[in-house]
Amino acid sequence: MPKVPGLIKGLGVTAGILGKTLKNGADTVQYPHEKEAPPIRARGVIALHEENCTACMLCSRSCPDWCIYIEGHKQLAPARRAGGKPRQVNHLDRFDIDYALCMYCGICVEVCPFDALFWSPEYEYSEPKIADLLHDKAKLGEWMETVPEAPELEAGAGK
Amino acid sequence: MLAQLAAEFPDFWPEWSIPYWLMSILRVVGGLVAVLLPAGGIVYLFLFKMMSFMQSRLGPMEAGPYGSMQLLAEVGKWMQKEDLAPENADLRIYRMAPLIVLVSTFLLIVVVPFGPQAWFTNFETGIFYALAVGSVSVLGILIAGWSSANKYSLLGGLRAGGQLIAYELPMVLATLGVVIQAESMNLNRIIEVQNTGEIFGIGWFGNPFIITQFVGFLIFMIAVQAELTQAPFDMPIAESELVSGYMTEYSGFRFLIFFIAEFATAGVFSFIAAALFLGGWGVPFEWFGWDNLGDVAWWMNFVGPVIMFTKMFALVGVIMWVRFSYPRFREDQLQTFAWKVLIPLALANTAVTAILKVVL
Amino acid sequence: MTLTDRQQLSYIASQAADARLNVELETEGMTLNIGPQHPATHGTLRIICRLDGEQVVWAEPVAGYMHRGYEKLTEVRTFPQVTTLVNRIDWLGSFANEVPFILAAEKLMEIEAPPRAQVIRTILFELSRIANVSLFLGDLGVQMGAITPVFLAFRDREYILNLIEGATGGRFHPNFDRIGGLKDDLPKGWIEETRGAVKKLEQFCDTIDDLLFGNEIFQSRMRGIGIIPADIATDYGLSGANARASGIDWDLRRDQDIPLSYDLADWKVWTHPDGDSWARCWIRLQETRESCKIVTQLLDQIPAGPVMTKVPRIIKVPEGEAWVSTENPLGEMGYYVVSKGGLGPFRVKIRSASFNNISIVPWALKGVYVPDVITILASLYFILGDIDR
Repeated sequence: MPKVPGLIKGLGVTAGILGKTLKNGADTVQYPHEKEAPPIRARGVIALHEENCTACMLCSRSCPDWCIYIEGHKQLAPARRAGGKPRQVNHLDRFDIDYALCMYCGICVEVCPFDALFWSPEYEYSEPKIADLLHDKAKLGEWMETVPEAPELEAGAGK
Repeated sequence: MLAQLAAEFPDFWPEWSIPYWLMSILRVVGGLVAVLLPAGGIVYLFLFKMMSFMQSRLGPMEAGPYGSMQLLAEVGKWMQKEDLAPENADLRIYRMAPLIVLVSTFLLIVVVPFGPQAWFTNFETGIFYALAVGSVSVLGILIAGWSSANKYSLLGGLRAGGQLIAYELPMVLATLGVVIQAESMNLNRIIEVQNTGEIFGIGWFGNPFIITQFVGFLIFMIAVQAELTQAPFDMPIAESELVSGYMTEYSGFRFLIFFIAEFATAGVFSFIAAALFLGGWGVPFEWFGWDNLGDVAWWMNFVGPVIMFTKMFALVGVIMWVRFSYPRFREDQLQTFAWKVLIPLALANTAVTAILKVVL
Repeated sequence: MTLTDRQQLSYIASQAADARLNVELETEGMTLNIGPQHPATHGTLRIICRLDGEQVVWAEPVAGYMHRGYEKLTEVRTFPQVTTLVNRIDWLGSFANEVPFILAAEKLMEIEAPPRAQVIRTILFELSRIANVSLFLGDLGVQMGAITPVFLAFRDREYILNLIEGATGGRFHPNFDRIGGLKDDLPKGWIEETRGAVKKLEQFCDTIDDLLFGNEIFQSRMRGIGIIPADIATDYGLSGANARASGIDWDLRRDQDIPLSYDLADWKVWTHPDGDSWARCWIRLQETRESCKIVTQLLDQIPAGPVMTKVPRIIKVPEGEAWVSTENPLGEMGYYVVSKGGLGPFRVKIRSASFNNISIVPWALKGVYVPDVITILASLYFILGDIDR
């Protein structure tokens, strides 16, 4: 068979894709109308489980661009057992993440020793004003609902 | 009732019974439609939809059903934009340039016939005129490139000048073969010859010159592609090299005029190609028992434009298909291709046509 | 080199002829700034060209419009934080940027990642190479006015990005590599998904081969243009596909002993004798295919076991210096890490491939036409982040 000139072949390729798009629909997703589900591990937004946080500041210190702001104070909590001494606990006053600065590296989630921070694949939280990207404690707590279970691991994963 | 009306129609609407002023208005409106409708149709059908589908996406979908109003939205956007001009630009001709390009398109449409009587003007030397005014757009482009006071524009304008001049020649020579075969320069006569002619005694589908003048047709279409500065001949506006060539500094509605002119010219050149090579507005006259142009039924004035538009869109479809598939030549390769390949080929085609015309 | 001599001689001859003509016509040169904002420089590279007509007489790249100071920034970050910075250097193949840095840190700490982590690292490394080079193949068309390939490239790169996101969580900046292994194991079903996606990418390579590389116009634009002979390439420190296109059989994946599992797979290092733009592009097309092969083979050979060795919770790297370089999508990328025993590096010198690859621009652009400037730049393939860091 003689070699098909590349010019003709090129026309064939584009026509082929045209036909495929007409038959099977496009490969694109019409975003606001239909949405793709991001993978479970997708780093969309950081959720805060407030009860677990002890204001230890590890996340804030390990953040490469210092976008986590934490304030807390020590207070006395009622004793666990009746008649015991009141415990001293750290109470979280402020926990802000500035998503305008965040690099989505995930180091804060990783270093948290008390499982207070989680990744959620939610991504629709853009704001017209850059100041609104500073999510406070309450807003970060709301994201907790969207946090999925950690995925199962591939065969052969060991500890 | 309808049949009776149809039978009587030519009697109360022969050409000479329409007053001159009405005819003039009809022709001006028709001219606008014949330029702007193809431009809009081409942009939507090919630039928005066909290109997107070839890249496995859908193109604009939000404005109107299936994004059909997108062009209007774009026009609205361009109209709102500020009409910028560089400080050092030669303002008067800088502003004039897009209009010159558009005017050349309107001048071209004048000779295109859409039916036995549905023409704007019926020059005896129609095709000669078309080729002559087709080059007017070069002036506009050169002016735009020169007056923008921008190095990219200047390079783009000069490239466009060189390219359009180089490809004018094969276009003329390719047309020559048709003119020799049809023995006329009148576009309506050329269409008549194609639809009454026969090939080796088989006359049932006429003699569209795409068959006998296939080489000429190819050369003509390549030249049209270059004349329209579509890829693979789009180096005057080569966006990756010259930003946007001669259009770099234009914004707002002046850019819009360039944009419309680009696609309207694509439509008009395809009209001319359809008239020259595909039998124009006509159907083979034998089908309805017509002998010559005078016999053609009145309703061809209405069916003709439809046929013409169909053929035009088919041709533009091919032009755009090539545009979306190929990378572009380099400037010197383009010139080499024109002067060393196309022109000798076109000359040979003309010579062979002439010899065969005399012999047969 | 005969080619150089011929190129230079014809250039000198044409210059002499032009000079005579210019004296007669009293023409003068024009200086054209390509960039810093120009569609062809995909970023903010500026190339000053002195033109004679459309011929480039002299050209010089001006880098630094996007300098982000990563070498300095690493000095005030801890070791785990540095990976988030360095994967922004070559943003199309981010994971590949992390690996050499982590390997250098591991070398200093004298630990090695477990075999499972090494294989997964290699797979992700090759996936990021595919993601990077597939965009190059599409972009190649845009540089020459063919608009379709780039959309196909974006479409098919999406499969790879989805895989990277599925495993690491980040589409562009995975930050998945850790000193001593990987952050996490692969999620279930990932291996099957990867097999399918790699097949799609192989089809993409065939499509590009038909649509672009087989096109006669493309070939006429690429063949014999921007020839870089082997000795010039080594003199200017070209690496990666650019060097291999000049006939230098040198690939750091094969030629050095690093803890990545390239020796598990059966693959080939492609070279091309011509050294022209065509060769550079063709080599990258072949390498994408080879990467697909490597990934498919390695997917069957992931050993069981942990993905992380024992490392202290607070990582302190012992005093010392280490240099590790790997074969990144753009060429040789290396980190020279100096540690004084603290939490972070004392000094990091980043050797990025694009910076050296564009250093040849003044040589390669001499005497070519303006349209060829674009194709030569495109075929040299640089990423602005990789030049300016």
